[in-house]
Amino acid sequence: MSKGRFGIHGGQYIPETLMNAVNELEQAYDRCKDDEDFNRELTQLLNEYAGRPSRLYFARKMTEDLGGAKIYLKREDLNHTGAHKINNVLGQVLLAKKMGKTRVIAETGAGQHGVATATAAALFGMECEIFMGREDTKRQALNVYKMRLLGAKVNAVDSGTATLKDAVNEAMREWTKRIDDTHYVLGSVMGPHPFPTIVRDFQAVISKEIKQQIMEKEGKLPDAVVACVGGGSNAIGAFYHFIGEPGVRLIGCEAAGRGADTFETAATIATGKLGIFHGMKSYFCQDEYGQIAPVYSISAGLDYPGIGPEHANLHDTGRAEYVPVTDDEAVEAFEYLSKTEGIIPAIESSHALAHVMKLAPTMDKDQIIVVNISGRGDKDCAAIARYRGEDISE
Amino acid sequence: MKISDAFKSRKAFVAFLTCGDPDLDVTEKLLVEMEKGGVDLIELGIPFSDPTAEGPVIQGANIRALSGGVTTDKIFDMVRSVRPKLKIPLAFMTYANVVFSYGIERFAKTCAEIGVGGVILPDVPFEEKHEFSDVFERYGVDFISLIAPTSEDRISLIAKEAKGFVYCVSSLGVTGTRSTITTDIGAMVAKVRESTDTPAAVGFGISTPQQAKDIAKKADGVIVGSAIVSLIGQYGENASQPVYTFVKSIRDALDEA
Repeated sequence: MSKGRFGIHGGQYIPETLMNAVNELEQAYDRCKDDEDFNRELTQLLNEYAGRPSRLYFARKMTEDLGGAKIYLKREDLNHTGAHKINNVLGQVLLAKKMGKTRVIAETGAGQHGVATATAAALFGMECEIFMGREDTKRQALNVYKMRLLGAKVNAVDSGTATLKDAVNEAMREWTKRIDDTHYVLGSVMGPHPFPTIVRDFQAVISKEIKQQIMEKEGKLPDAVVACVGGGSNAIGAFYHFIGEPGVRLIGCEAAGRGADTFETAATIATGKLGIFHGMKSYFCQDEYGQIAPVYSISAGLDYPGIGPEHANLHDTGRAEYVPVTDDEAVEAFEYLSKTEGIIPAIESSHALAHVMKLAPTMDKDQIIVVNISGRGDKDCAAIARYRGEDISE
Repeated sequence: MKISDAFKSRKAFVAFLTCGDPDLDVTEKLLVEMEKGGVDLIELGIPFSDPTAEGPVIQGANIRALSGGVTTDKIFDMVRSVRPKLKIPLAFMTYANVVFSYGIERFAKTCAEIGVGGVILPDVPFEEKHEFSDVFERYGVDFISLIAPTSEDRISLIAKEAKGFVYCVSSLGVTGTRSTITTDIGAMVAKVRESTDTPAAVGFGISTPQQAKDIAKKADGVIVGSAIVSLIGQYGENASQPVYTFVKSIRDALDEA
């Protein structure tokens, strides 16, 4: 029987070699998820080590400037290692430790998930290997250095487009080679069951906090929650506790690259079709024969040809909306938030901000938008400077 | 030309190549040479952009074939043309998305029409197989199951429903040549035989006549892929002779087993 379905999406489309490993992971997670000791330990790590809860900040100047809905920023960028990725990583590495694993591997796009995994591995005294597309190691050289500094081995992946999808391919290949002592810390709500569920549960802390914080500040739920979507982990984290609240619009912002009507795009919902890849059934950018398309975005973290199965289902049911945002729009939002609020957002999160800049003015002043600032933008400064024609050295 | 015919009279030699590497004309010629050299069943690889079960050798072949413009339809046409020249059964080996995007029904129907008796999808495990196998069964095409060194208690579950042959993956990791195979192949095959009469063939890492002979003593057949693909990569359109010679050396070793 197929497991881990979200509507028609999800499942476990992986080689037989890995089946007992994912079954073992599922059983371990089932034991731990409601275990008091596990949850106490995880909460302590999230609070004392990663700096949770993250702030929900009222962006007064941005709100006044745009002249519409009140805008709140969920500051995942303030977490240790600078992004939401640490939430999932601490959960998974703690789980791996309980399973008796001594080594972790992970894929990374922008490098945030790789840095978070290397960080947790250092903390837990585990061996760590990261797979990263060669192209991304160039775009995110600083993060490569950080991972090495933290004691991880970084493998640059040359196959395919040498970006995130190829890093996932290589991490999966590595996992089939060495399963006994190794846990694959998947970084997004994708891959075979149980990963989409595990990663979502560990990221759901974001919406749990937003709900509490907005009730304290405004006494009501937001009208919209907006987040960027690659695989979709920060978005599902920000959406999860609002899925059952029909009054809250959920909006995922995909990377359209040079435009959803061009070939240089990574907007999966806008341009993809149903398929099976990386262990799951979902929507993928692909050609008529099912060959996975080489996707493009200025953001290494959103440069992925698929989307997590739960998002695919939220799209099917109409519960969430997915909109494409171009490189240009994201770069403008990156600069806008820096100048307006003194906060430099990740280029990934800037995709969500760009949509908020369009959405807020169309809404009433008593309405509320929460946008998830999934990461900080330090890592992107050199690339954005280059995008604007300025060559700076880090 | 059913898949099981390959296992009728001798230790079966299952050979793999990637269709369209370096082009489909060469593939067509190689298929004839392979049968001549003593192959009993050919796995026709339909290239995929992201072959996650493959090592560098077959990955390279996939890239070469796709950059040459090969498509699923062009491969079907090639098989239509070569099928009358071959007596042995054929199976397709590809990835779930290639079949799914073509339409499972349309793919299965075409297999039946052009005389391909089986299909192998390494990213479709037992739990997900019915979406595919139920459709293939209606067209008389065997959906071939794989077992791995990590399968343990899953072996009997999988073997009980196996069609054509049981593809026993010899080693952890991806496809590619290995100097030694450490899995207890004898024990693996014995476990398969407890649950089914369907023949068991062993693949992943077999590249020399000696390895083929050793493995064949413990199984009903051996599967050789990367070693052949590597020769095709090296010799390109002139691969017929080297592939024939290599295939013949494996055949001779199997006949001694």
